Amino acid sequence: MVMTEFWHWWIILLTSISLVGCFWIITVNLKNYAGVPEGESMGHEFDGIEELNNPLPKWWTYMFYFILVWAIGYLILMPGMGNWEGLLGWKSSNQGIVSLEESRTLSAKAIDEGLLVQFDQEVKHADEVYGPVFQAFAAKPIAELAYDDDAYKVGQRLFLQNCALCHGSDARGSNKFPNLTDTDWLYGGTPEKIKETLLHGRKAAMPAWGPALGEDGVQEMTAYVLKLAGRKVNDKLADAGKAKFGMCAACHGADGKGSLAHGLPFGAPNLTDNVWLYGGSKKAVEETIRAGRNGVMPAWKDVLGEDKVHVISSYVYRISHPKE
Amino acid sequence: MTTTTIAHPEYNYKVVKQFALTTVFWGLIGMTVGVLIAAQLIWPALNFETPWLTFSRLRPLHTNAVIFAFGTSALFATSYYVVQRTCKVKLISDKVAAFTFWGWQAVIIAAVITLPMGLTTSKEYAELEWPIDILITIVWLAYAYVFLGTIAIRKTSHIYVANWFYAGFIITVAVLHLVNSAAIPVTLFKSYSIYSGAVDAMVQWWYGHNAVGFLLTAGFLGMMYYFVPKQAERPVYSYRLSVVHFWALISLYIWAGPHHLHYTALPDWTQSLGMVMSMILFIPSWGGMINGIMTLSGAWHKLRTDPILRFLIVSLSFYGMSTFEGPMMAIKSVNALSHYTDWTIGHVHSGALGWVAMVSIGALYHLIPRLYGKVDMASTKLINTHFWLHTVGVVLYIVAMWISGVMQGLMWRAVNSDGTLTYSFVQSLEASYPFYFVRFLGGLFVVAGMLVMVYNVVKTVRESKQVTAAA
Repeated sequence: MVMTEFWHWWIILLTSISLVGCFWIITVNLKNYAGVPEGESMGHEFDGIEELNNPLPKWWTYMFYFILVWAIGYLILMPGMGNWEGLLGWKSSNQGIVSLEESRTLSAKAIDEGLLVQFDQEVKHADEVYGPVFQAFAAKPIAELAYDDDAYKVGQRLFLQNCALCHGSDARGSNKFPNLTDTDWLYGGTPEKIKETLLHGRKAAMPAWGPALGEDGVQEMTAYVLKLAGRKVNDKLADAGKAKFGMCAACHGADGKGSLAHGLPFGAPNLTDNVWLYGGSKKAVEETIRAGRNGVMPAWKDVLGEDKVHVISSYVYRISHPKE
Repeated sequence: MTTTTIAHPEYNYKVVKQFALTTVFWGLIGMTVGVLIAAQLIWPALNFETPWLTFSRLRPLHTNAVIFAFGTSALFATSYYVVQRTCKVKLISDKVAAFTFWGWQAVIIAAVITLPMGLTTSKEYAELEWPIDILITIVWLAYAYVFLGTIAIRKTSHIYVANWFYAGFIITVAVLHLVNSAAIPVTLFKSYSIYSGAVDAMVQWWYGHNAVGFLLTAGFLGMMYYFVPKQAERPVYSYRLSVVHFWALISLYIWAGPHHLHYTALPDWTQSLGMVMSMILFIPSWGGMINGIMTLSGAWHKLRTDPILRFLIVSLSFYGMSTFEGPMMAIKSVNALSHYTDWTIGHVHSGALGWVAMVSIGALYHLIPRLYGKVDMASTKLINTHFWLHTVGVVLYIVAMWISGVMQGLMWRAVNSDGTLTYSFVQSLEASYPFYFVRFLGGLFVVAGMLVMVYNVVKTVRESKQVTAAA
């Protein structure tokens, strides 16, 4: 995105005034214009304070000139003066990008033509040096790669830097974020399913049933859900909840065992075990039914690339399928 | 003790006294909150599970309290004192001056209430919501009227250099505040900035760095230009040096903001200009330090006996150090290491605790006995105690932050042979804990020093009352 001529010249003008102004003011003050000999009082006095007419320290003056010359040189070589791109043609990244497509095109061009776009050059360098490491890993199937100790270490590091923020350093999750080390899966724990989840992300939507059920209905449904999980509840309430469970069955199954048990892709949890993504207290379950939940797993394909996702998938596979 | 200083009934010392005493009070409060949040970084349980005691809410309270309550009150007090004495005239209006005092205290109280409540614009150092921003604007215009109006009616032919710096600070802060705080109110306590995206970020840091450049630098250079020669009883080293460094400083600082946004969505040309101007800025900054320190020529021996002068000269040393460090950190490749680390926190505190706080404390120790018709503070020994507590505290603080900052920068960029990062973020945090403790310790020293100061000030003010009563 190029700025208009006016702003281009405006920036050049203001910059020049500042730099030339600095040159001018030191040069003027090198001379003794004060009308009193150097080292003597200027002859003003303010509340007993006098000012001496000492010259500027020489070393300081030289430093000032030197840094001003350096500044001008820098602004000739590098971007700074409005639209002037600098003789070196250096850019931190492609400027003024408005779409992912444009970004990809320009990055490919910068790499092909060897342009001095720092980000693209760094990506190119990283791809050259580290790409082969991950290509070699990617050639192996996940179930096999999982028990390769080198891949495990690399996968763990990638996990710690990208996944641990939500799932925890030990991958055991926390409230709202699934534990990856148990065998309880929402979308499936096969190598293919794990990789699919990582590559494309997941969006889970539990609708808010509060308005449809009413507060009494929420209480009844909560009782039934807790009963499914084997908890002691008021049976009368639970029975009333069971009568309305039909609307939940579409995703969780009539038996409440979750979508995966029925080969469905909704990510609706199994309600009959004691694993609770959003908390298993009566209050938390009520809140889930009343207001719904929206779980989001981001898609990593464009962030990390498929090869790295492959290695992380093998790491997740191993921690959930330890040998023996 | 005898009172030998001549009382100046023609000057308005009331407002100076008020601001001087509130400076000490808010200094103690602001720094204590700083120590509490430093402790929270080591022992998170210290937020007591109470929303308004969490780091996120107390941190802006800490910064606002030290910058706008402590620092700015010190500038109000000294500028009103200096402008009267160097212009040989009373403040242009006692009523408007009194309004600036009560108005400014109202701003501070409003900050103390709203920030812990979580009301914030989320703009750093400009967190206060729009009704308070309007009050700040009114008080600041009144301040400009009192200060500049007093210069206008001065009885001296020239304007003393200290007043150039105070005037530059007052005018620029008005412009910065108005532009950066421009917002559209939604409710009484919520507004949205009129800027968005990279422009918003740039306006914010144009403001943010010039809050440092004009409020925390130009204003305090004004303070330095009066209290250093006065306390040393020596003439200012070089008039011509003050001319060059004043004009270069104020024209260059205004460009420096982009160095807070290196390697972000800010266009390359803006980043380059910000870096270049920040580098040049090193020279006029040192011009001020040289002029202050060389003013001591022929009076160096006074440092042996005068702890007030020690405060002032050590503050200039910290000023020189942090204005060397700042331009270095503005270099893009250095910034790539230092940015987002504790190094920045260390840099800010070598400026804020080393320069701003020490020059203010020195100035207050000179000012307070004179305001109350006395020769010296009640105890010179305690000034010396304060000096050492403060100096040790600052050194502990900044050295801890340097080490932890550079360590964090290096840990974050370390990569394995496969290109993955060597350390997770949490590992770098774990490694920082010992330095967080040293920083906390440094903060304790500084606050202990402030307590000594409060005691000494109270004693001085009380003694003066007894003298008056006896007379």
